[in-house]
This record gives sequence, structure tokens and C-alpha cells, in this order.
Amino acid sequence: MSGLVHGAQYAVMIVSSLLAVIAIGIWFERKFAGRMQSRLGPTIVGPVGLLQPLADVVKLLQKEDIVPKDADRALFDLAPLLAVLFSLGAAAVVPFSPTAVAADLDIGVLFILAIGALMVIPTFAAGWASNNKFALLGGMRAVAQSVSYAVPLVLVVMVPVILSGSMRVSEIVTFQSEHHWFAVWPIIPGLPAFALFFIAMLAESNRIPFDIPEAESELVAGITTEYTGAKFVLFYMAEYVHTLVGSAVGAALFLGGWDGPFKPGLHWMVLKTLLLFTAVYWVRWTLLRFRSDQLMDLCWKRLVPIAVGLVFLAAAWVQFVPGAR
Amino acid sequence: MTAWLSALSFLVVSTLVGAGMLVAARILRVRARAAASELKTRTYECGEEPAGMAWMQFHARYYVVALFFVVFDVEAVFLFPWAVVLRELGVGAFIAAVGFVLVLMLGWLYALKKEALQWQ
Repeated sequence: MSGLVHGAQYAVMIVSSLLAVIAIGIWFERKFAGRMQSRLGPTIVGPVGLLQPLADVVKLLQKEDIVPKDADRALFDLAPLLAVLFSLGAAAVVPFSPTAVAADLDIGVLFILAIGALMVIPTFAAGWASNNKFALLGGMRAVAQSVSYAVPLVLVVMVPVILSGSMRVSEIVTFQSEHHWFAVWPIIPGLPAFALFFIAMLAESNRIPFDIPEAESELVAGITTEYTGAKFVLFYMAEYVHTLVGSAVGAALFLGGWDGPFKPGLHWMVLKTLLLFTAVYWVRWTLLRFRSDQLMDLCWKRLVPIAVGLVFLAAAWVQFVPGAR
Repeated sequence: MTAWLSALSFLVVSTLVGAGMLVAARILRVRARAAASELKTRTYECGEEPAGMAWMQFHARYYVVALFFVVFDVEAVFLFPWAVVLRELGVGAFIAAVGFVLVLMLGWLYALKKEALQWQ
């Protein structure tokens, strides 16, 4: 029973902080994109436009709820709810500080991967249930892409597991604070594994350059074409949460989590997560979109064999390098 | 076991966030006075009348991708327990896993040569 209470308390804290970060993150992204394109971004609502995301959410919640008459109603309503659940869910096992972890599962890494992989279901359910050709195309592309990039993702996440000899995320972080951050040492396979993780994370959260599922210039709005009001907000939110939680996972597995110089703790984890989160948006506003065939080539012909190689380099490291065990 | 209960309540709280949003919208949102017209509830197809249902056949290449995914994901599932206990198992386990994955990568090479990985 104490587990339930502990989980609920930490869930409320972690989920509300994630959502708060996202509210500011959306503002930050729009400002950041604005500056990159020599414009100002939001300026009207609140000081320097800070309240813009809040105003957007309130506006969208007031919108009429339109369901297409040909849609599969039950699935159509369920999909946004599942999207939020699966994007937030992975945060349950991420340790934000030595104590701030909702559920320190012994197979935490596997839990993250499982919940992350489930994101395909609401995405495709939305595409299918809308009974809209653009939505269905978006859904199919999203499934193909997420499923493909899940393979290198699962493989590179194995690198920290091998190096630390544990699937408990807090133990992986502790190992890094006692030895080295995995992105720094062993530099091979650590750094390339981190790079691959970042690429796969971009693809899993459908961010540019991997945004063909949404591709607003060809597919209207992809899977969200038929969604209005609150359900659209949920999808939009889930996308940002997915990116943020992915950044937190990357920070914990490769960048040493809460470990840092001077005083280790929550602030280092937050800083690293936000840096990765910013990097995602930096990439988003810098690069162009890949074509479907380039996307698949990159994944299956390059990333998959590289990821397999990295797994065995890591295994060889713990086997043959004295002092690594 | 306690940790699993915590994970469960985390998932419940996550669901409540989404559900709360939907309930808030139900209270806040405007309602149309009249029943929605036929035009309004039609699916969007650039303003044209939708040409039939969207639930149709799809290209087989998606099926091939799914097959590859299953192969490699099952491989990863087999490797995870190995990854955790690798230190204790020693060199024998390392060589066994290399052999296992080498066989799989031969299959990958075959698929590459057959251009099954090509997205036409």
C-alpha cells in the first residue's frame, strides 16, 4: 500500500513539474525559433509573451468538439488519452535526484522502452479512427518510422546497461557518478551510442528531421487532422512530453543524471534534461525534413548495424579491459 | 513489488491528467445550438467531397518493415538479460552472443543484397 501512496505523491510532483516545464518550453521554443528567423516570437500575452502557452490551452479548451461522422468514435476518443498516458508513463522510473524517483523498478530500462514503444498505438489509432486519408497516411508513416527507429534505440540503450551491469536506472546513474559519464568514458562506444540515442529519440518523438508523419506541407496535420479542441491539446502536449521525457532518459543513461561537479543533485539533472530538450528544438528549426526512403535507408542500412557493433564494443569493454569490471 | 505499485499509481495519475483535461473542456467548451450539419462532420479532404472511406489496402512495404522490427526486437529481448549478467558469465557468454548476432546479421546482409531494405 505504501508503494501506491509513494507513487501517487511523486507522480503528482513529477507530472506537474513536467507540465510546467512544457508550458515554459513551448514559449521558449517559439521565442527561440523566432529569434533564429529574425523575428520576435510571442510578445503580447504577459511579460515577453510568457503566458502565451496558457492562453493557447485555454482557447483550445473552449473550442467545439467535432467528431467526423464516419470516424470510429470509441477509438477516436481513446487515442489522445492513451497518447498522454504513454508519453508521461516512462517518467515513472527516471530518477531526477537520488530520492526523487516515483518507482525505482529493477527493470527500469525495459519499462522505459516498453512504454515508449506503446506510443505507436495511440498514434496509429488516431490515424485509423479518423477515417481521413491524410490521417491514415500519417498514421502508417508514423508506425513505420517509430517501429524502425525503435530497433537502434533498444540496441544503444543496451550500452549503458552492459557498462553498468544493471537495468535499474538509479544504479546506472550511481555507477556513472562513481566512474565516468557514459557519453564521456569509454568514449567508444559511449559517445556514438549517445549520438545514436539522440537521433533515435528525435525519430521516436516525430521531430524534424523525422517528421514525415506530420509533414504539414503534404499531409495537412497528419494524424491530428480531424482533431479539435481538448483532444488536439492532448496530442500536442503528448508530443512535447515525449520529447522532454526522452531528454530526461538520455540525461540519466548517458550524461550521468544527477551527478555533477560541486554539488550533485536535482539541479544537474534538470540542467542536462533542459539542454537536451533545447538541442531537439535547435535541430528542429535548423534542418529540413527527410524523405521516407532516406529515413528508412538511414535506419536499416546505417544505424542498425552501427548499433549492433556498439553493443559488442561495450560487451568487449567490460570483458577484456582490466578495471572495467 | 512496492516499486511496481508505485509505477501503477504513476500511470493512474498520468491518465487522470488527460481525463481531467477532457472534463475541463467539456465544461468550458461552446456547444453548437443546432445539430451539426452534414458538411461540418464530413472528414477533411481539401474541401472536396471525400472519395469513399479511408479504410483501404496499404502498400506491402509496411509489412516488410514490421517483419524486420519483430526480428530485431526479439533479438534485443534475448540480449537484455545477457547484458545485465555479462560480467559474471565471462568470455564464453560473450562469444556465444557474438555467434548469435552474427547469424542474425547474415540475415540482415541477405536482406540488404535482396534489396528488401529498400523503400521503393
